Amino acid sequence: MDIYAKRKLINRLSLAFATVATAFGLFWLAIIMWTLLSKGITSLNLILFTETTPPPGASGGLSNAIFGSVFMNALAIMIAAPLGILAGTYLAEYARDSKLGAVARFVNDILLSAPSIIIGMFVYELMVVPMGHFSAWAGTVALAIIAIPVIVRTTQDSLLLVPDRLREAASALGAPRWRVITSISYRAAKGGILTGVLLALARVSGETAPLLFTALNNQFWSTDLNAPMANLPVVIFQYALSPYVDWQKLAWSGALLITAAVLFINITARLLASRDRSTKRI
Amino acid sequence: MSGAEENTFPTGPATPDDGTAGPRSWIGKAFSSVSLSAAIIVMLSLGGVMYTLSIGAAPALKEFGLGFLTAEVWNPVTSQFGAAAPIAGTLETALIAMLIGVPISVGIAIFLTELCPEKLRHGFAITIELLAGIPSIIYGIWGLFVLAPYMQRHIQPFLIDRFGDIPIIGNLFQGPPYGIGILTAGLILGVMVLPFITTVTRDVFLTVPSLQRESAYALGATTTEVIWNVVIPYSKVGMLGAIMLGLGRALGETMAVTFVIGNAHRISASILAPGTTISASIANEFTEATTPIYTSSLFALGLILFVITFIVLSVAQYMLHRIKKAEG
Repeated sequence: MDIYAKRKLINRLSLAFATVATAFGLFWLAIIMWTLLSKGITSLNLILFTETTPPPGASGGLSNAIFGSVFMNALAIMIAAPLGILAGTYLAEYARDSKLGAVARFVNDILLSAPSIIIGMFVYELMVVPMGHFSAWAGTVALAIIAIPVIVRTTQDSLLLVPDRLREAASALGAPRWRVITSISYRAAKGGILTGVLLALARVSGETAPLLFTALNNQFWSTDLNAPMANLPVVIFQYALSPYVDWQKLAWSGALLITAAVLFINITARLLASRDRSTKRI
Repeated sequence: MSGAEENTFPTGPATPDDGTAGPRSWIGKAFSSVSLSAAIIVMLSLGGVMYTLSIGAAPALKEFGLGFLTAEVWNPVTSQFGAAAPIAGTLETALIAMLIGVPISVGIAIFLTELCPEKLRHGFAITIELLAGIPSIIYGIWGLFVLAPYMQRHIQPFLIDRFGDIPIIGNLFQGPPYGIGILTAGLILGVMVLPFITTVTRDVFLTVPSLQRESAYALGATTTEVIWNVVIPYSKVGMLGAIMLGLGRALGETMAVTFVIGNAHRISASILAPGTTISASIANEFTEATTPIYTSSLFALGLILFVITFIVLSVAQYMLHRIKKAEG
């Protein structure tokens, strides 16, 4: 075998490996989705949305858990979005080259990938211990702390992509700094910031570990923010590991619901991002 | 890896005469103060995490001292706790995840940058990133009900038959095939970190100047040779950063591991044996911890995990930061 044939062969083999690797990644996505659909779809019916979680052996649905998840996620994003957008604004508009900005950016990137279970422990000490019981408030705060870094990061990146010429033009017209930011930078980076908020929502929708020590779970319909609140991830966790077949079935249905919701939010966010080219994916 | 043009707009700290010193200059002050406060809140939350973990862990660390790190005992009944087994399990599963995840991720990144038809590129990239979107608990339930039985029936017996009798290596593949265990957890983690490593690696690959690529092709290099001799050397630091980012994720992953690791507080030579990781121990035992010293030991585990991931993620940040600077 001459050197050319050998180089050709090595080239073919390694390119084949890259292709197989991609197929491997796509295969996992496909097989997980297929399992979810085949196991979750059988018990997907209206009861799921109208009845609360049953005792073992009885029939029931997930209405209280669905409500709890939607409620806590929405509240968490309402807290996280203003804070995250403002902090991201500070990093991109006021502290581009300052020491404080560099430190804040570093801290935020650490928080972005920090294990969520640790955030759960933090909120447990911060809220559950002083209050004396698990509560939906604590769950909401834990989710908000997880959502904030995502929003900070995307807001900052989107604002940095806004050309400075726009800012200079506005300043030249005599607009003060705050006016430049609110009327020029925000307007130009709108799509990117919205994408970040959606990505943060997708991220917290599936979080389980932090909710275990904060909101815990509730067998009943509850709208009380000071009491434990049912939520899909913890229900999935408890029911999947239970010995009851009908509970396991409900866990699969919940898993399908959560994944569908998360992927839907994710895809929406990415479509938004690709429609306006002012974003960088996390 | 932003595509922004050179930014020269003066963005120093807001001065008192920020904007126009007119009747509404207080708005400018208010706005900059509020956004500064938001940034400070973000920083404080990390400090708060460190502080609460340290406070919570203090009683256990006082009680057991440095021996906590090396003791394998974990006995709630006699209140004897040691972190050796969860630490070992955390490192083992993360190592397996990296051995599986890194080559595959780099392969996918190469495919996306060098081989993929232009039209399909965006679709493929998004699909891979959707893997990152699947919640941890879904990997967990799937691992327990689908992957673990498959491992038990097919993969593990094969490994035991094939490699079990080889000296030294054989020790890794001993014992009955439970299906769950260190290897299964590592495999799931390997899949979970794929999108994170892939995305960053691909972004780094895309920063390689096309001039360098084209020059190598002009000299008659094959695609593989260009990747090995031009793209990878140029992207080395960024790739390391990407790998560290994935490692940080793998070390801290909770739910996916909790379902399939077996939750046994012991260290085995075999990777087929059940074990535990730091995060799985905390998730399983936190609400059941009845004594203060038990809870404190779990906080000490959390503190150890936080310190490890903090170091790993800091290194990752540093490396990725250097890339940005180089681009500058």
